[in-house]
Amino acid sequence: MLRIENLEKRYQTGDLALKSVNLEVPKGQVMALIGPSGAGKSTLIRCVNRLVEPTAGKVFLGDLELAHLGSSALRRARTRMGMIFQEYALVERLSVMENVLSGRLGYVGFWRSYLRKFPQSDIDEAFNLLQRVGLDHMADKRADELSGGQRQRVGICRALIQNPDLLLVDEPTASLDPKTSRQIMRLICELCEERQLAAIINIHDVLLAQMFTRRIVGLQLGAIVYDGPPDQLSPDVLTQIYGEEDWEATIEATKDLDEDEADVLAVAEKVIGRPGAPS
Amino acid sequence: MPTRDHNGSKIWHLRSTKHQLAVWFGWLLGVAIFVYCWRLISDKTIWFFVTDAPKQAADMASRMVPPKWSYMDVLWGPVWDTINIATIGTMIAIVIAVPVAFCAARNTTPSVHFVRPVALFIIVASRSINSLIWALMLVTLIGPGVLAGVIAIGLRSIGFCAKLLYEAIEEIDHSQVEAIIATGASRGQQLSFGIVPQIMPAFAGISVFRWDINIRESTVLGLVGAGGIGLQLDASISTLAWTQVSLILLVILATVIVSEWVSAKIRHAII
Repeated sequence: MLRIENLEKRYQTGDLALKSVNLEVPKGQVMALIGPSGAGKSTLIRCVNRLVEPTAGKVFLGDLELAHLGSSALRRARTRMGMIFQEYALVERLSVMENVLSGRLGYVGFWRSYLRKFPQSDIDEAFNLLQRVGLDHMADKRADELSGGQRQRVGICRALIQNPDLLLVDEPTASLDPKTSRQIMRLICELCEERQLAAIINIHDVLLAQMFTRRIVGLQLGAIVYDGPPDQLSPDVLTQIYGEEDWEATIEATKDLDEDEADVLAVAEKVIGRPGAPS
Repeated sequence: MPTRDHNGSKIWHLRSTKHQLAVWFGWLLGVAIFVYCWRLISDKTIWFFVTDAPKQAADMASRMVPPKWSYMDVLWGPVWDTINIATIGTMIAIVIAVPVAFCAARNTTPSVHFVRPVALFIIVASRSINSLIWALMLVTLIGPGVLAGVIAIGLRSIGFCAKLLYEAIEEIDHSQVEAIIATGASRGQQLSFGIVPQIMPAFAGISVFRWDINIRESTVLGLVGAGGIGLQLDASISTLAWTQVSLILLVILATVIVSEWVSAKIRHAII
């Protein structure tokens, strides 16, 4: 679904954020991208939908090459890629419904969107999605009245109403408490499963990544240093990604969690499939 | 350096010795200039008039009371004109200021090198000339009357509104706009969904604030013939009709109080 070839990004300051990254994400696969702050995780997914312009390399969404598209073709391509943000990035003074419907902007003309005359099918779909995430009673609330977890659910609806092929998820849980973080991760993974979406989830919480995804890619200083299943994430690998630290505790914690929270594991397993199953 | 080593322990002061001396010298210089200027002004003042002022003021006040209430019949028209000058002038200013602000804001301007300097120049030009001076020029151009006042208020307010608005546009949260861009929205949609909702409170506040200021400014425009209650004020002062002057001042005070109250209510309702 997504294929990245020799992607490189050098910022105007001269910093090389991405060094010739190659990555392929097949349809229906949820992939976690881990790495320390400044490793280039955000830059990588922003280079895919070109919120950041890549310096060199190619990005293929299906057969479509994204890195050299003109502006109107790029807009059409962006409708196929939903994005979920760290601080939710909802338009705070608009209602929940308007925020969800803003995911349809790429499909609707200016005046229809300006007058908020979205097609009834879009509105139906918005209510469906809000119901799916448990927020249908909040449709007329203003976005800034919602709690963090609720806002992120709205963010998820906004991304999904685009009817995308690919989800780009940038630190979805960084501003959330541990319980809400898991609920949000679970929701994202379930929805990807339901809709057979490919997804890249930037996440700095290694535990969450291991719990919910079946493939983990480690990024360090703009280069991929690990690509494999979560259970092979050994202390050595974590040291390679993040630097020297006592990683045994993290890995132990994951095991403890697995035992404590059978339900979480069950969900995770349901979502990511069993090891060996085709993705 | 603020931090110094002294017998192995670190001592911290807000400023280094050199910096401290410089600050003291700055104060000394400031006080010296103040005293010198005081003397210059004192030498050029005719103290006889100043010492006489309280007596003169009391005399003028005695001639101002009681206000000539019957004169009110003549004033309703000019008060209405004054409010209209302020309101219509503010509307015209807002209509022009909005596009200028979007052209001046770094994050929305079509071109940083060409359009933005033009927009900034419009803002500076409008702001640098007082509405009384605009009115003076307009009265000679299009003749005395309310129209000159409306245009003067409008021209003066464009810069004010556009400047505050473009600063508000530059301070928006870019991540919200980014989220809208990521959905595949066009430029116009990015503006209407990502930017406009964020600047709405600032826009409402600026407009009402400027209207409030314009009510006050339009009361003096009549002094140069641009309509409104200032015309009556000018006429009354030049004919030494002090009881009329005091009534006009009271009316201006009342108008300003009412406009303050209205603008506070509107701002409260919108934000």
